[in-house]
Amino acid sequence: MAVEQPVSTAPGDQTRIHNIGYRTYDGPRLGRAYARRSLYSQSLRGAYGLGRSVKSKVLPMLLFVVMCVPAAIMVAVAVATKANDLPVGYTRYAIIMQAVISLYIASQAPQAVSRDLRFKTVPLYFSRPIETADYVRAKYAALASAMFILTAAPLLVLYVGALLAKLDFADQTKGFAQGLVSVALLSLLFAGIGLVIASVTPRRGFGIAAVIAVLTISYGAVSTLQAIADAQGTSDSIAWIGLFSPITLIDGVQSAFLGADSAFPGGVGPTNAEGVVYVIVTLGLIAASYGLLMRRYKKVGL
Amino acid sequence: MARITTVEDVTVIATESLSKRFPRVTALDRLSVDVGPGVTGLVGANGAGKSTLIKILLGLSPATEGRAEVLGLDVATKGAAIRERVGYMPEHDCLPPDVSATEFVVHMARMSGLPPAAARERTADTLRHVGLYEERYRPIGGYSTGMKQRVKLAQALVHDPQLVFLDEPTNGLDPVGRDEMLGLIRRIYTDFGISVLVTSHLLGELERTCDHVVVVDGGKLLRSSSTTDFTQTTTTLAIEVTDTDEHPDGTRAVRDALHARGVTVDAGSGLPGAGHVLLLTAQGEETYDLVRDTVADLGLGLVRMEQRRHQIAEVFTTDTNTGADTGTDTDEQRKEAVRHGG
Repeated sequence: MAVEQPVSTAPGDQTRIHNIGYRTYDGPRLGRAYARRSLYSQSLRGAYGLGRSVKSKVLPMLLFVVMCVPAAIMVAVAVATKANDLPVGYTRYAIIMQAVISLYIASQAPQAVSRDLRFKTVPLYFSRPIETADYVRAKYAALASAMFILTAAPLLVLYVGALLAKLDFADQTKGFAQGLVSVALLSLLFAGIGLVIASVTPRRGFGIAAVIAVLTISYGAVSTLQAIADAQGTSDSIAWIGLFSPITLIDGVQSAFLGADSAFPGGVGPTNAEGVVYVIVTLGLIAASYGLLMRRYKKVGL
Repeated sequence: MARITTVEDVTVIATESLSKRFPRVTALDRLSVDVGPGVTGLVGANGAGKSTLIKILLGLSPATEGRAEVLGLDVATKGAAIRERVGYMPEHDCLPPDVSATEFVVHMARMSGLPPAAARERTADTLRHVGLYEERYRPIGGYSTGMKQRVKLAQALVHDPQLVFLDEPTNGLDPVGRDEMLGLIRRIYTDFGISVLVTSHLLGELERTCDHVVVVDGGKLLRSSSTTDFTQTTTTLAIEVTDTDEHPDGTRAVRDALHARGVTVDAGSGLPGAGHVLLLTAQGEETYDLVRDTVADLGLGLVRMEQRRHQIAEVFTTDTNTGADTGTDTDEQRKEAVRHGG
């Protein structure tokens, strides 16, 4: 009944076309939990540029490919050379690729929250049934999931490749599982830090720069200090210094509990007791990120 | 449509000595007002407390004292339920530029709890109702201000609310866009059956659109009454006529002729184009006939004859003055207003 008219219709005609019968909506209204899930899936898709312009798909997709290609090459090498083990362990992969991961979180955390702040879309969300906590949880979960997809996908490539190369099944499965736990923790930690920084500024550029700065400066400082400590033979302090950057935190946790070889200078990871501190600090940071986000969005309202 | 209630005493919004104080500012000061179904204008200068009121009514900001109900739900405890049934169109820009209108409104519909299929269907319907067609598939960044306002309106209506809050919807629009938007607002109630609370600092545009006008200033209620109350006492007619060879100054000829027939005519002093526009007070239907006959008798062409109901602004100014002068007056007015309300 309602015939679509071309845009060029004269203004006088438009009023006539406007006049199509209004239909009320009597269907279900699914409420808060559904709205939160919708926001989650929209944000997760958005983290890979889906449902957005072609331009915004380029970077996340490119980083995803860059993340997976080395894994594919390793698998190819392992299969071709009939090696007994993968050239790089599951837990080690994310540490090696940390630059790509940092770049991804720096580009997508601002995308997830700064856009809503910059274009003032936040009030529209809060004029709907969801509450502050729903918004924060949906955004946090979405970015952490996006990070997990980014970091777990290459592990899956490695695992499938390892099985194709007929490496030991039990061994590989254990390594894969440990790798997954490690990247899950990494995803939560990085997403939290990225979101907290990005949520402070409505400017996307600042957000990107700030996230990269925090991740690289902390890692640079920590690894330099660790190298100095190693050179001076005070290797006890290496583990404690490692607490001060996100990537070394993950490194410490996985070398203490997830059977990883530490990437710390001297290859000495934290002991089990120190590892407990690592876990506590990691979980503490994740909780603190969530708390700070909640506080931030309490203020943002309408 | 069945939802439209014609019962006079049903209230959509009710506030009772609602106050909101910030450390340094009192945004709302014992505001008591009842709003019935229909289009209600909320008028006040910038900073009069309009946005604060909307925020409280959406259950997003607790009132310092007093209480308020929206659609019979207490704002203090039933915020989420209220927000499911009302729509909100903010004053400021709120649209991401890199998504299409369809994409954005579908997302907002889902945020209101509509299942995916229903969200798509309602989005297509609503965008058409607000007058967006093929352009709805293009990124919002390339839209004109008028189109953006329509998208903002669409996201407020997409979940078929029972009530919408429109915060300064005509802001930044050119006269044509303004008229279209006001027409659209009128239709939200008459055609869609959705009650409207629309804010503006321009009284003139609200009188044409609203059934009821609430005037606030400094967080206080100045007046709440139906628009006909505001303007029924006097209606000003503006008349413009052509000149002919016989009457080189047509305006003057009409004025003299009308004067002879006992109608007081103000030459339109103080208005732009003074001298070409005649302003006179219409006593009723007969004044229109009188003007028509007078102009016809003189053989002039009637360029326009329109109502200039600018008295609403005068009412407002007078009220502000008395309100500032004596406190007792405002109290009485407030009581009066409450009786008028709804």
